[in-house]
Amino acid sequence: MTTISAEPAAPATPASTLDLAGVSRWYGNVVAVNDVTMRLGPGVTGLLGPNGAGKTTLLHMMAGFLAPSRGVVTLDGAPTWRNPDVYRRLGLVSEREAVHSFLSAYEFVLASAKLHRLPDPEAAARRAIALVEMESAQDRKIGTYSKGMRQRTRVAAALVHDPQVLLLDEPFNGMDPRQRLHMMALLHRLGDAGRTILFSSHILEEVEQVSGTVQVMVAGRLAASGDYRTIRRLMTNRPHVFLVRSTDDRALAVALMAEESVTGVELGRDGLTVRAGDYGAFTRALPKIALARSLRVRSLTPEDESLESVFSYLVGS
Amino acid sequence: MSTVSWITARGLFGRRRFLLLLPLPGLLLALAILSRSLGVDPGEWGPAVLVGLGLAVVLPVVALIVGTGVLGAEIDDGTVVHILTKPLPRWQIILPKLAVAAGVTAVTVAVPLYVAGVLAHSVRLGLALAVAASIGALAYCAFFVALSLVTRRPVLLGLVYVLIWEGLLGNFVSGTKVLSIQQYVIALADRIAPTELLATDVSVPVAAVMSALIAVGFTVLAIDRLRSFSVAGETS
Repeated sequence: MTTISAEPAAPATPASTLDLAGVSRWYGNVVAVNDVTMRLGPGVTGLLGPNGAGKTTLLHMMAGFLAPSRGVVTLDGAPTWRNPDVYRRLGLVSEREAVHSFLSAYEFVLASAKLHRLPDPEAAARRAIALVEMESAQDRKIGTYSKGMRQRTRVAAALVHDPQVLLLDEPFNGMDPRQRLHMMALLHRLGDAGRTILFSSHILEEVEQVSGTVQVMVAGRLAASGDYRTIRRLMTNRPHVFLVRSTDDRALAVALMAEESVTGVELGRDGLTVRAGDYGAFTRALPKIALARSLRVRSLTPEDESLESVFSYLVGS
Repeated sequence: MSTVSWITARGLFGRRRFLLLLPLPGLLLALAILSRSLGVDPGEWGPAVLVGLGLAVVLPVVALIVGTGVLGAEIDDGTVVHILTKPLPRWQIILPKLAVAAGVTAVTVAVPLYVAGVLAHSVRLGLALAVAASIGALAYCAFFVALSLVTRRPVLLGLVYVLIWEGLLGNFVSGTKVLSIQQYVIALADRIAPTELLATDVSVPVAAVMSALIAVGFTVLAIDRLRSFSVAGETS
């Protein structure tokens, strides 16, 4: 009887490195990716950026599905463009949710294993399906799956040949919290086992939970690169703007000016626009201040919480 | 059967557009059986049904549906990425897909043409039509598979070729017949079973050489284009 391990096998070959050297891609007059240089080694890296930042274009160039207009993408020294051999070491889970809905998950992953010419495709397919915990539904047609199940099936197909490098475009889209945690744990395990994992996301918290290293893209450029904690600190330490409505805005404004975390208050028709230097300290202090002065806070709305504003601050700093 | 052929065949028969293949060969068969059972002279219905419907419409339209279906449909819905992210030389993707397309087209068209040929004249004519249509199926499919990779509107361009170039211009501008797969098929069928029912200006050597050139040329083009396949759109 064959024993199936749900753990990623230890890499049989040395770790792989994906290099981008001065990579740009433009469509007519539109520059999608602008002069990006980065090196991805073993471990999990998050590619973070708002929608339209060029993450997918960059991933497609890494995966050999798009020719760079300038620069070169190499995997262990070999170009990824027009070189199908790189897929022996590289797996891709694209954002587009395209699967052969007429196949079952097992048939789909097995077909991938056979196309990779693996010595024992059946065992490889079973192992990959076990990795994403899809055994119970593996014989059903993919067309009947939920979005998260289809996503896991695609991940299994991309992992079936145990690639050194795995690229995932927005892998958590459409997953429920449990599936999300499971996928995060899987990426962690793969990274710990020496694989080079890159996943893109426009959600900060996702990247924070999975990867220690992030590459931040804004408007086609690599805006920040390195340890997420440093970048996160930059992001949380930026001034935050809140709109506060209360039973007595003027009295609240006076009280808030004495609060250390507040850097500015503006009294307007719609309420108070409050600038706070420290997000946590301000949101903790506000209820206490209101209570002490018998004021009631009707609403507290963060004004600049969109990811775009976070990124523009990051680029500016 | 290779994995690529297996997925291609499953994809082809699993899509609803496959049902589009059935009415035209059915109509061809029905018209031939009706004409024969009513005792109409084959000289009157033969050219119209065998050439006008069978070779000028059923063969190219079925080849268009199948030829653009084996790769174009996968490009449209994005599933082609699963096959392309494998360490396969691109000819190992194009050739099985072309074989499935040409095989399915040949079977779908050759069977009713064989029956219609037998009813119109003889078993020999039936066989000639089936063989020539199979050669035509290969040439058409190579052309339409390559079209799937050079344009985002392969069906539209394919229809323009079949309806405008072969159907319309072929009747008025005799020179266009030299670049018409339909005329090659007629020439080859007439060579295998000479009858008064099939007529063309294209010589047999030209038909044979051009069919081979088209099949090989567009296959090579498709392989080359697949090597440089870019995932278009949705670039964020």
